[in-house]
Amino acid sequence: MSLKLKALTKSLWVFHLCIGGSCNNCDIEILDLLTPRYDVERFGIMLVGSIRHADVLLITGSLTYKSAVRAKRLYEQMPKPGVVVAVGSCALGRGIFKDGYNTPCPLDELIPVDLYIPGCPPKPEAMIAGIVKLVEKVKGKR
Amino acid sequence: MSHKVIIPIGPYHPLQEEPEFFKLFVEGEKVSDIEIVIGYNHRGIEKICESKHFDQVAFVVERICGICSTSHPFAYVNAVEDLAQIEVPERALFIRTIIAEMERLHSHLLWLGLAGHFIGYNTVWMWAWRYREPLLDCFEMISGNRNHYAMMKVGGVRRDILDEYIPPLKKALDEINRAVDMFKGAVMDDPVIHARLKGIGVLTYDQAVEWSVVGPTARASGVDIDVRRDDPYGAYNRIDWTVVIRKEGDVFAKTVVRILEMYESIRIIRQCLNKMPKGEIDAEVKDIPPGEGIGHAEAPRGEVFHYVRSDGTNRPIRHKVRAPSYMNVASNKIAAVGQSISDATITLAAVDPCYCCTERVAVIDRFRNRKILDGWDLIRLSQEKTYKLRKK
Repeated sequence: MSLKLKALTKSLWVFHLCIGGSCNNCDIEILDLLTPRYDVERFGIMLVGSIRHADVLLITGSLTYKSAVRAKRLYEQMPKPGVVVAVGSCALGRGIFKDGYNTPCPLDELIPVDLYIPGCPPKPEAMIAGIVKLVEKVKGKR
Repeated sequence: MSHKVIIPIGPYHPLQEEPEFFKLFVEGEKVSDIEIVIGYNHRGIEKICESKHFDQVAFVVERICGICSTSHPFAYVNAVEDLAQIEVPERALFIRTIIAEMERLHSHLLWLGLAGHFIGYNTVWMWAWRYREPLLDCFEMISGNRNHYAMMKVGGVRRDILDEYIPPLKKALDEINRAVDMFKGAVMDDPVIHARLKGIGVLTYDQAVEWSVVGPTARASGVDIDVRRDDPYGAYNRIDWTVVIRKEGDVFAKTVVRILEMYESIRIIRQCLNKMPKGEIDAEVKDIPPGEGIGHAEAPRGEVFHYVRSDGTNRPIRHKVRAPSYMNVASNKIAAVGQSISDATITLAAVDPCYCCTERVAVIDRFRNRKILDGWDLIRLSQEKTYKLRKK
């Protein structure tokens, strides 16, 4: 395993992007992960303020025409190797807004997605389980 | 010489919800103007609603906002029941009221935590969110989901509150009551919070009326407005409760209004649990006749208004939604102008606008792109001010 990949298995720094086209429940549940009951900061998982510092791009919500350009740009700015995580039904396949006129395409048609966490919204436990699976995958155990 | 810079806030920020974009025009430390750009989150929900039948629309409007995920369906079912003249069973009205008030509790706790974070009290954030958890557990027990409850249905509610749910719910309420006592003490007695929040972001009575603000933002400015009392829906007219009003209009008053409203919510839920009659939880709904109906509900942030028109088919041909933040956000134009930058954060957050975090903020010289501050710097400025005050 390369050194760069090995760094991805330790404390992950997360940039959380609510891409728009979502109710904000996934975002609230992500914040919930930081508060005392779940507290993922004890594993070194931290929200950072800029994509340039992040290992993980965490995306919630379905794309809209206004936000798709910005999502693409943010992905290009992410230092590689990095991981893209889609949280919630909307980010996976536009969810309930599939028939809307302002939701052009699912997220993974625009940028590559490494981990899908389904649910509306997914429980914080599901997100932790997802991250554990991701780390195992990077380590090559899956 | 005045040094005018623009601070773009947003549109994306990791900590909070919808993307919204603010341009603060700053001269020195003072905010001189503010420009609000929204529309990043436009999903075309009203149009989607027109392609779903009346039962499905309740699920779509639930996903307008995650925090108000009962208020929107509540207003929607009120509108359809107004349109079709449906008699809702008594028990269903009480269950709706309980869920709506639980939502208000969790929303105000959430806001309190974030407001604490913005002024540098991360402990408040952690505690407030920690006391939200028992409430979310109760939601999960009753509805099966922590956030989208899907309780509302045209003609009644989807699930009953069983007798065995009531003792854990009462226990959670006791726990939250103790927590609110603690927060009340922490806010009312702390001189630093007084110094930080009093006289900040003032919205006077006249301005509040002029900008048509609603909900706690209006009530903190002395506007006596609350849909729950003015046009009772659900079981609010069968219950003894009061509307909390403050005159000052500053951020402190908004905080106090929200904290005192939590007590009222706890009181309402307790009364509902005691007075809830036995019986059916939903009425049989036949065809929806042609016509139009309006419904509203008092969301944690203010009045939610829904308008539904039917042409006799199984779908609404027009569905209009007016959400409270739409008016409240605009009032920032008054409240934030004239403040210093370090107070702008909490002023913008004080209307509980569903965007309040100021992540990804950059201060840029309007002409030369010289000075750059990001979101953390802005929060840091705000937090440093609290530390300085605390030391005095």
